[in-house]
Formats: sequence, structure tokens, C-alpha cells
Amino acid sequence: MEILKVHHKTRGPAAGTVGSALVGVVASGNLEVLLERTLADTECTVEIATPVRGYDDVWKAVVAEFVERASPGGLRISINDSGARPDTVMLRLLQGVRTIETGHD
Amino acid sequence: MTDPKHPSADTASWFLSTARERLTGLLDPGSFAEFLPPTERAQSPHLALFDLPAAFDDGMVVGRGRLGRRAVLVAAQEGQFMGGTFAEVSGAKLVGLLRAARDDPKLPRIVLLLLDSGGVRLQEANAGELAVAEVMRAIVEARGFGVTVIALVGGRAGAFGGAGLTAATCSRIVISEQGRTGVSGPEVIETNKGVEEFDSQDKALVWSVTGGRNRRLLGGADAYAGDTVAGFRDAVLALIDRAPPFDLVTLRAEQRRLADRIECLGACNSAVEMWVALGIAEPQTIRNLDDAAFAEIVKGLRGAAYEAR
Repeated sequence: MEILKVHHKTRGPAAGTVGSALVGVVASGNLEVLLERTLADTECTVEIATPVRGYDDVWKAVVAEFVERASPGGLRISINDSGARPDTVMLRLLQGVRTIETGHD
Repeated sequence: MTDPKHPSADTASWFLSTARERLTGLLDPGSFAEFLPPTERAQSPHLALFDLPAAFDDGMVVGRGRLGRRAVLVAAQEGQFMGGTFAEVSGAKLVGLLRAARDDPKLPRIVLLLLDSGGVRLQEANAGELAVAEVMRAIVEARGFGVTVIALVGGRAGAFGGAGLTAATCSRIVISEQGRTGVSGPEVIETNKGVEEFDSQDKALVWSVTGGRNRRLLGGADAYAGDTVAGFRDAVLALIDRAPPFDLVTLRAEQRRLADRIECLGACNSAVEMWVALGIAEPQTIRNLDDAAFAEIVKGLRGAAYEAR
């Protein structure tokens, strides 16, 4: 199991007031993303647990693009991955932010 | 988007939905409160040993909510995660819920089990087997204290192994056409007895034996639901006040039902032979009927109408 932690500064906080959200499931080619509003407004951490080794650079690139697009300030994001492709990861991250911002996906 | 809370939740396929989507759609809007939510990270301590990813809820969602304004306890297995299996954490969450229902009369007196499981998780087999035994005991004890336990079977993994046993201890079982239940799953039978005994690749055979329509016709399930969230909700609401008391009369009736069934169907070699023996005029059409026509056939059929379990 590979554990990867990424920390970003964001432009501002994620919208909304929902405290936490979970999207996706741990199934082959899929992942679950847990979002918790526990950090300072301009901080975002993403912790990834994946059984697939050697893709640190891809994960970091996807997370960096996600932070740029979504400005997920204040969110502690945790991922249980089961071999999802980068495009699936990006969609789940955006779905997660939408869910914690609006209360539904 | 018409209803932001429940976008088309009523017509969503039960089979294709996740455990959380099923709960959100099934219960009254906004009523679900989860025990040990994912933020608690009650996840398997064992899977990392096998280099397998864990899930924040270990594939078991437990909590309370309302169904048609009635207070209920709920547990839902996530069939897509490790086949919805019983393991140390997922099992303990379910056992805890059932024991709480047994011990605390202030909690809701109705428990809904949204089963979606192939049985015990092989990576945690001892803990999983123990969990199944404890779940069955807890269900029986809770029923003894007047709690109604209803199983809902219609997920991708079906309800096999320990989940099949669990379903059989419930007060009532609701199943859909896509739902499957049994003890040994098709692959297990084929592995142990050979492909001549049971061809697990033959989907028509698998569904004709383990599928929801056959289970309903044989009395292995008490209600048949369409494969939608609304279908399951309606079926549960229709059953909720008609669950039998857990007493000697019910157990004797159940014994009689099972004895009748083996006498009537024990010599049959296929599902169609059983449907003939049950007196169904055109047994070959069972698979092709729509839900409404199938419900008509079930009405008054010997073995499907009884007060037992």
C-alpha cells in the first residue's frame, strides 16, 4: 500500500457549510473520496492510499490541477483508491467538492 | 434539476445504486443519521496486509432514519466493495446495531437490512464467520423482543453465504427480479460439484434457481419489488405492520411450510419443473412477464401465500 500526502495553498475557502462528504466506492477502477471541512480557509491536504505503486507524479499533477480548478480551501481530503484512472480521480474530486459545497451531487 | 435532494431517486435502479444512494432514496428526505460515519474511519485493519485498499466505512453503513414517518434502524452493505462481505469491522457494526435494537426499547422497533453480499470476506474469514453467527443470533434475539427485521435483497452481489443465512433469519424478505439469494453461490457449487451439477456461466439457469422470481414463487421471499428505490420502499411499507410475531405458532407454521415445500418440490430437477408442480399454467413465460403480470401469478399461489417465517 502506498501512502501519498499532498499539501496545497488555495485562493480561498470552499463554499457552503456541510461538514463532510463521501463520494465514490472502493471498487476496481474506482475510488472513494472523503472530504472534511477541518482546515484553515486557504489550506488543502489530500492523502491518498493506493495499492498501485509508482504513480506519485501523476497523482500530484491531478491534485494540482484539481486545486487550481476548484479552490478547495479548508478541506482535508482522504482517498481510498482501487486503481482508478486519472480522469476518474479528477471527476470524483470535483464531485466531492460539489457535494460538500451544495449538500448533494 | 427538479428536486436537488432526490434527483430521480424514486426511479433509480436499486441494482445499480450504491448502498448510500439506496439509503438516501429509501428513507424520508433528510432523515438519515449515520452511526460510525466515514469520518470515524472505522475501517479494516487487515486488508493492508494483503495490499488491498480499505473503505472508510468498511462497506457497511448503519444508522437510523424515517420511512413513511416511521422510525427505523437501517444497515446497508456496499456490494461493490469486497463483494459487500462480512468482516471484523463491517460485522461488528451490524451486530452492534442489532444488539442495540434488542436491548434498548427506546430505539426504533423496525430494522431494515439492505443486504448486498457474497458472504464472508475471505481475507478476514474467522472474524467474518463469527460475525455471521453473531448477526443471526442477534436477529433472533431482537425478534424475540418484538423487533421486526426486514431484509431487502436486490443488489449486485445478491445475498449469499452468510448473507443468505442472515436473510433467512429475518421476519420478512423483500426481493426484486435482479435480486438473488441462497447459501452456496453458483461458482461455489460449480467448483465443488462440477459444471454438470450447476453451470455458473449459464445466467438463465443461475437466475431461474437463485433469482428473485423463483424465490418469491417458492416462498423464499415474502414480497416482490420492482428494481427501483420506490419499488422497495412500497414493498417494505406494505409489510411493515404485517410481520409475524416470533413465537411457537410462527415457528411451527414455518416448519410446516418447509415440510410442505420439500414434499411438493423435492423431486424436481429444474426451476420450470417446480413452477409446473406449483400449478403455474405457463411456466416458460415466468422470465418474460412484466412485474405487474408476475405479481398476478404470485397472488394466491400455494407456497407463496402463508403466515410464517
